[in-house]
Amino acid sequence: MSEPVIIFDSVSKSYPLYHHITGGIKNFLFHFPNAVSQLKNHKYEALHKISFQVYRGETFGIIGRNGAGKSTALGLIAGVLKPSEGRIAVKGRVSALLELGSGFNGELTGRENIVLNGVLLGLTRSAVMSKMDEIIAFSGLGDFVDQPLRTYSTGMMMRLGFSVVASLNPEILLIDEVFAVGDMEFQKKCMDKLESFKKSGVTIVYVSHGLKTILQACDRVVWIEDHRVRMLGDAREVVNSYAGAGQLKLE
Amino acid sequence: MRSFDNYRDLIVVLTQKEMKVRYKSSVFGYCWSVAHPLAFAFVYYIAFKIIMRIQMEDYTLFLIAGLFPWQWFSSSVGAAPTIFLANASTIKKVNFPRNIIPLTTVLQDMIHFLLSMPVIIVFIFIYHRTPSLSWLYGIPLLLAIQLTMTYGAALFVSSINLFFRDFERMTSILITLVFYCTPIIYPETMIPEKFRALIYFNPLSPVMVSWRNLFIHGTLDPAAVAMGFAYSLVFLAAGTLVYRKLSWKFAEVL
Repeated sequence: MSEPVIIFDSVSKSYPLYHHITGGIKNFLFHFPNAVSQLKNHKYEALHKISFQVYRGETFGIIGRNGAGKSTALGLIAGVLKPSEGRIAVKGRVSALLELGSGFNGELTGRENIVLNGVLLGLTRSAVMSKMDEIIAFSGLGDFVDQPLRTYSTGMMMRLGFSVVASLNPEILLIDEVFAVGDMEFQKKCMDKLESFKKSGVTIVYVSHGLKTILQACDRVVWIEDHRVRMLGDAREVVNSYAGAGQLKLE
Repeated sequence: MRSFDNYRDLIVVLTQKEMKVRYKSSVFGYCWSVAHPLAFAFVYYIAFKIIMRIQMEDYTLFLIAGLFPWQWFSSSVGAAPTIFLANASTIKKVNFPRNIIPLTTVLQDMIHFLLSMPVIIVFIFIYHRTPSLSWLYGIPLLLAIQLTMTYGAALFVSSINLFFRDFERMTSILITLVFYCTPIIYPETMIPEKFRALIYFNPLSPVMVSWRNLFIHGTLDPAAVAMGFAYSLVFLAAGTLVYRKLSWKFAEVL
């Protein structure tokens, strides 16, 4: 294997429970001693001593039940969260395929949103402009790109989001469960694109509950359960035992 | 890491976005950014000139020369508490310098202020005065000072409000209080002598008074400019400090 581009070295992430402060000062003062000790001790541990490495050019899947800590792991890779303990190293520009509609503005047209998204992802405006036609062509949105985004269906938003990320030379690509809303044709297009990314050495981290697509796309998979690594290794093995644990049948 | 070019484009694109979104579905668009301070000028004119009979020449011009720059400050800082909340989904997913968000809000209000300047000039002609050459250096200077000051205040307010949501209400009350403590609807000469020195404890006073004197008389008091500049640095430092302390937690509390 080539060099690792994402390294998680016994990373823990805990959130203090903020609700006493956000619940207002009145609430906070009325339960003052309680509130202070709660602030100090009441932590929610989203990840506990997680270690894994993702190598350059690899497609790496993260699976687990709702609330297991998958999205926290993505947030840590993207650098929007900081670990409470442990060490994280990420080498390269991270592009997150945004949750539907985030990083987008409903009042702006598709075209304006492409520019907005591109600069947020770290590119210059001229770089985005030079790719504009390619992005629009890939999205298959046609004349709709000049309509405000609020008129789009969720599937169309996903098309736009994926097209932006896919056309802007990602180095490390984070994908959080979005393909499900695309139609068959576009899902196929996305999978083909991911395949070509693999060939050109783009590192992809893929979170999904769609075990079939995980199997199709990923080389290795980590299974996170109860905020810990339950299993890490070859995609087929991990997915099979995950499915077995949940008594699911894989087609 | 992000290049300088990307930073510049982020600021430009996000400011454009704000401008577009703000009036996208309203018919009169830009007129509203002029209508707001004009309406206030009208209200204060009725209250103070007609009812209270303040003894001042050209009181309308006086009001307008002070209210337009104030509008910039109050609308930016008034919007500040909610701007990170409004961009929550982006902040939670993308790692980008978040202090650009308050900056674009302030820049956007600054552009509206610049666009409303013709209205001030119209009033200056109505009252038989003329724009002065000193505007050429005075306006950029005061713009820079107020931009720094407003950005510092907006950064401070927007960062703190994420952790302490009551701050939003406090801010709106505070803005109103500061407004009446700043010589905008009254001249500083009307303040009783023994209290007059106190207005310089108000960071907004030197800037607002300077704008008005520049517009009406074409004069710029170096002492007031220096004081305004000093205050603006204090605001910037306070805002940056709070932002540095808190920004890594933004994605957690949103």
